[in-house]
Formats: sequence, C-alpha cells, structure tokens
Amino acid sequence: MFFNFMDELRAAGISASLKEHLVLLEALEKDVIRRSPEEFYYLSRATFVKDEGLLDRFDQVFSKVFKGIETSYGTQEEDIPLDWLKAVAEKYLSEEEMEKIKSLGSWEEIMETLKERLAEQEKRHEGGNKWIGTGGTSPYGNSGYNPEGVRIGGEGGQKKAIKVWDKREFQNLDNTKLLGTRNIKVALRRLRKFAREGAADELDIDRTINGTAKQGWLDIHMRPERHNAVKLLLFLDVGGSMDPFIKLCEELFSAATSEFKNLEFFYFHNCPYEGLWKDNRRRFSERTNTWDVLHKYGHDYKLIFVGDASMSPYEITHPGGSVEHFNEEAGVTWMQRLTNTYPAAAWLNPVPEKQWGYSQSVKIIRELMNGRMYPLTVDGLGDAMKELTRKQG
Amino acid sequence: MRFDGTKDYVATDDLKVAVNAAMTLRRPLLVKGEPGTGKTVLAYEIAKAMGTPLIEWNVKSTTKAHQGLYEYDAVARLRDGQLGDERVHDISNYIRKGKLWEAFTAPELPVLLIDEIDKADIEFPNDLLQELDRMEFHVYETKETIKATERPIVIITSNNEKELPDAFLRRCFFHYIKFPDRETMQDIINVHFPDIQGILVKKAMDIFYDVRDVPGLKKKPSTSELLDWLKLILNEDMPLEALQSSDSSKAIPPLHGALLKNEQDVMLFERLAFMAKREAR
Repeated sequence: MFFNFMDELRAAGISASLKEHLVLLEALEKDVIRRSPEEFYYLSRATFVKDEGLLDRFDQVFSKVFKGIETSYGTQEEDIPLDWLKAVAEKYLSEEEMEKIKSLGSWEEIMETLKERLAEQEKRHEGGNKWIGTGGTSPYGNSGYNPEGVRIGGEGGQKKAIKVWDKREFQNLDNTKLLGTRNIKVALRRLRKFAREGAADELDIDRTINGTAKQGWLDIHMRPERHNAVKLLLFLDVGGSMDPFIKLCEELFSAATSEFKNLEFFYFHNCPYEGLWKDNRRRFSERTNTWDVLHKYGHDYKLIFVGDASMSPYEITHPGGSVEHFNEEAGVTWMQRLTNTYPAAAWLNPVPEKQWGYSQSVKIIRELMNGRMYPLTVDGLGDAMKELTRKQG
Repeated sequence: MRFDGTKDYVATDDLKVAVNAAMTLRRPLLVKGEPGTGKTVLAYEIAKAMGTPLIEWNVKSTTKAHQGLYEYDAVARLRDGQLGDERVHDISNYIRKGKLWEAFTAPELPVLLIDEIDKADIEFPNDLLQELDRMEFHVYETKETIKATERPIVIITSNNEKELPDAFLRRCFFHYIKFPDRETMQDIINVHFPDIQGILVKKAMDIFYDVRDVPGLKKKPSTSELLDWLKLILNEDMPLEALQSSDSSKAIPPLHGALLKNEQDVMLFERLAFMAKREAR
C-alpha cells in the first residue's frame, strides 16, 4: 500500500525498514489515528523518523508522495456521503460564505458537483492542480477548490495538514552528517585499555567470596574501579584551509573528550612548531612551549594529529617557513621530535584520500608520519585506532 | 485508551498521535527535544491522565542495563551465611528487582519512564533491546523468566548527548518536541498561571522570543525558563513598565538570571546593550 512511500523515504536517506512499515500498518489497523491526513502524517513521522535531523527531509518526501492524494485520503469509499459534505461545509463555512455559494446554484447542485470532483480527484492522483489552483475555474467562490477560498478543501483538517508538512519547520535541524558522533565514539572505543588505578572503592566479589570461604569469616576485598586508562594527546590544526572541516573536527573533539578521561589537546596552525596553544582566541598570548609538552606528557601518551596537511612545502621543510611567525627551527624538526617522543602516533586528514596525491605537503607529512596518515572517515578512524593500539616494537 | 493532554499539560496534535500510537501498539516512545520543553513531564502527565502508576528509572552515567532488570546481592547472602540465617538457602531472597522487573510485574498497567537514556554508556540501549522488544528477560540465578503480563507503556527521553543505535531506534516511536510557537506557549502559560495579566504575558513573550532570536546564544532559554521567569516577575510584583520600556539601551531584560544561564550569554547581552546605547547617541 505504501511501498512507494517507503522507497521514496529510503531514497531520501531515511532508513525506513520493513519493521517500521509493519508497525505503521499495524497502527493503522488498530485505529490509532482518526482517519485524517494530518494524523496519518504525524503517525508515519513518529514511525519512520528517528532523528530530528531527518524531519525536514521526511516532510519533503511526504509532500512529494502524497501530493494530490491528500484530498482523497480518509474517504475510502468512492461514494462520499452527502451529509458528511454538508457537515464539513457547514463547519468550515461562515454564514456569509454559505450565502455566496448558494447564490451560485442550489445547495444540492453544488454538493453534487463537489462529490463528482472529489471522486474524480480520487482517481486522478496527479490532477491536484485543478483543485488547488487559483480562482475562477470552479463555482466555489473566489478561489475555487482552494484552502483560502471557500475552504471546502479544508475538511478534516486537510488544509492544516498540507501546511503542517509544507511548512518544513524542521529545516534548521537537517544536517547531512558524514560521520556522526556515535560512529566516532564507536571507532574511538577501540582505543580502550582498561586498567584498575586509584583508590580501592569497589567490592571485589570474587576475591571476597574466595577469601571468606578460605578463612571461614567474612573477608572483604576491595579494588579500584576499572576505567579506560589510555592517554591521548590531540593536536588540532585550526584556521585557514581547515575551516570547511570545523564541524567534523568539533564532532571528533566532542566524541573524544567524552570518551577519554586522560585527554590533552593543543592547537597548531598548518604544522606544529615550537609553540602550541589551548585557547584559539589567545593563540598569541598564551602559548605553550612544545618542549614543555614533550617533557610533561610521557611516552605512553598516544598522539593524534588532526589536520589537512595542506600548506606550502616550505612551511614544513625550512626554518622561517611559517606563515604566522618566524620559526627558528623547521617544521620537520618538530614533527620528528614529536613522533620520536610518542611512538604511537597517527595523522587524521579530513581531506578525501584521493586528493592527497595532489598536494606536495601532504606527501611530506605522510612520509614524516611513516605513512600513518588516515582519512577522517569511519574506516580511516578505525584503521588509525588499530595502528595506535598496535604493540610498539 | 487515548491521551489528549491534561489540564496541566498542553499536548500538540502530533505529540498526541505519537503517544497514542505508542500506547496502542505498546512500543516504547522516544522523546527528544531542547532541554526544558517538557520531555520528562510528559511521562508524569500520561500516568496522571491514565490514572496509572509511574515507574521512574533515572539513568546516570554509571547506570548499567542489568540494574534495570535485577541485581544479585552477593554480599548480603555472604553475611547471612556467616550468621547462619535460614534465608541463605533461597537465592531469590537476594535478588533485588530493578525498575523493568517492577514494571513487568506491576499489578496495574504502569507507565515506565526511562529518563535521559543518553547519559548512560554508549552500549546501554543495545543491552536493553531484547528486554524492551519482547518485554521479558531471564534471571540466571533463579532460572526463571520474567515476562510482562501486559506490556507497559514505556517513555524514553534523550537529550541527544549520545546518538542511539539504529536497532534500538527501529523498535521505538519517535517524537521530537519542537520549541512551542507563540500560540502553544500562550496555552502553556495559561495552564500554569491562570490569572496572569494578558498584557504582561504578551510583553514577556515578546522579550522572551527576542532573546531566543539573538544569534550566538550558547543556551537558548526554553519553556521552563520562561515559566520560572514569569513566576519571578509575579513574585517581585514587577511593574509592567519595567517590561514595557522599549528603550533599546536596556537590552538586558529584568531578572535575566532566570533566562540566561551562561556568563558568556550575559556578556553577549551586555555588549549588545552597549552597542545599542552607542547607536542611540
């Protein structure tokens, strides 16, 4: 019945499955809704859309699939009961409008035409424009079969309903996510290394039971709580060519901060030099000496660079190559120091992998990283995590 | 059984449809929305409207899925074993029922609220898939299967801190409570402050929606904040003029503490006020 609808939804990137389809049919069978298009819209929305970001797309699909059908939905019999029409008309027409209609012909006559039209409408789903079009084409007052005119088109809340999905209220929420935070988190979970550290505040049931059985009296054993002990240094490239990837980096960052307790992050621009910073607004006033970073965080930290590595090659290879300041030592030197201090390192590049070959600097950085550069996609992230967890030889 | 809102809760049409669908088919209803748009309150109101008990499960970051089913209190059993208590021979004495168990076996059809499911670990929803789908689970210690005689009405709220897995979402109905438009907001205010002055509400709403429209706000004020603010204004007996001053130099609304919850937002407003003042000169 609604297979077409489901196909359209899937084509629009809403992952509607058979399961939801069956739920929808079940709900219709159990009369969850009154048979009005508006409620059908709400019901199918609640069934198919599970993410507010997709609501707008759903609205568009719904409008596309059901355009033209909407007036006939809810009246399954081809025969439209006259008193229903009357009731509808009476409910939605003011006295004045009723008079106006009557002046165009007898009440019965008008109802008869309306009935025919509705029946015709039901057969011809595509012919909606005849009805929704502007005035003059039909005897129904100023705008014919139009929600704004005589408003017969508004029966059963249809007019409202058309507006509901054509309003596209959820437009702002639509965001085409390449890599949702959930995906990122799942990928980052590979980095978990559980360890028990800190204060013993959890009851070790196994040891307690063992101990008690051995001793013959209650022998309580405590142990520290298990948590993710992996330590992470995150170096993020900001500004300039990274601007298109801000959203992606934000997501990665938020996923990483919630996943790891021992996470330290620093910003750099294009290539890390002798200074890094933690607050981008105060990048010139509050710099951290890179030496301090190297000394402060131990070798067991894992280092992740996030950057597009797209710059002039001089910015990496030559002293004084930086676009922002005069760097005494070349970027190469600093990159080598960093990768030597932290054997577990990876570079995540938001630029699609197939474009890497076009940029000289990407090649250089990739060499400096010993090929450990990964695209910032779900797979790339997974590979990077695998590399980071590899036993360092 | 139909839910049509209550006298204390204004439900929009789409919300009603979603709730009714979830109640009729007995599938969980996942409710999302900006903080303060009444996600949790919805469960209370459904329970109230249906006259059924509400079982609340507040999820925290440390909550594990099995805690909702049951917990085996090994320590208590160990202690009783030491003291030679007779109870020790029956393991079921040491099974602590969780909220899901409670809901499944409740004598009266309950509403089960799983509040802020996104606070828990990322695998938490996956661990509850079967339990919520079939409304049954197995207790290993006593080898019994707990099955819901009648599937409870399950309301799940999420603040979007973590995304939920697809398999979990497929089993739910979903509703996103969008921020109420002026009309709905008027209804909500009328429900909470039946005898408030109309003009005051209008003025307050003007300011409120203006504040929400300011670009760059970190935390936009929401319904519950507007209600708090109105309560404050009423309590303080603030004269109407204080709200009415359309003087742009006073861009910060009175008692703004109820609306702006972030020092950066307050600063933003101060800066806007400063700029407005300069322009006026």
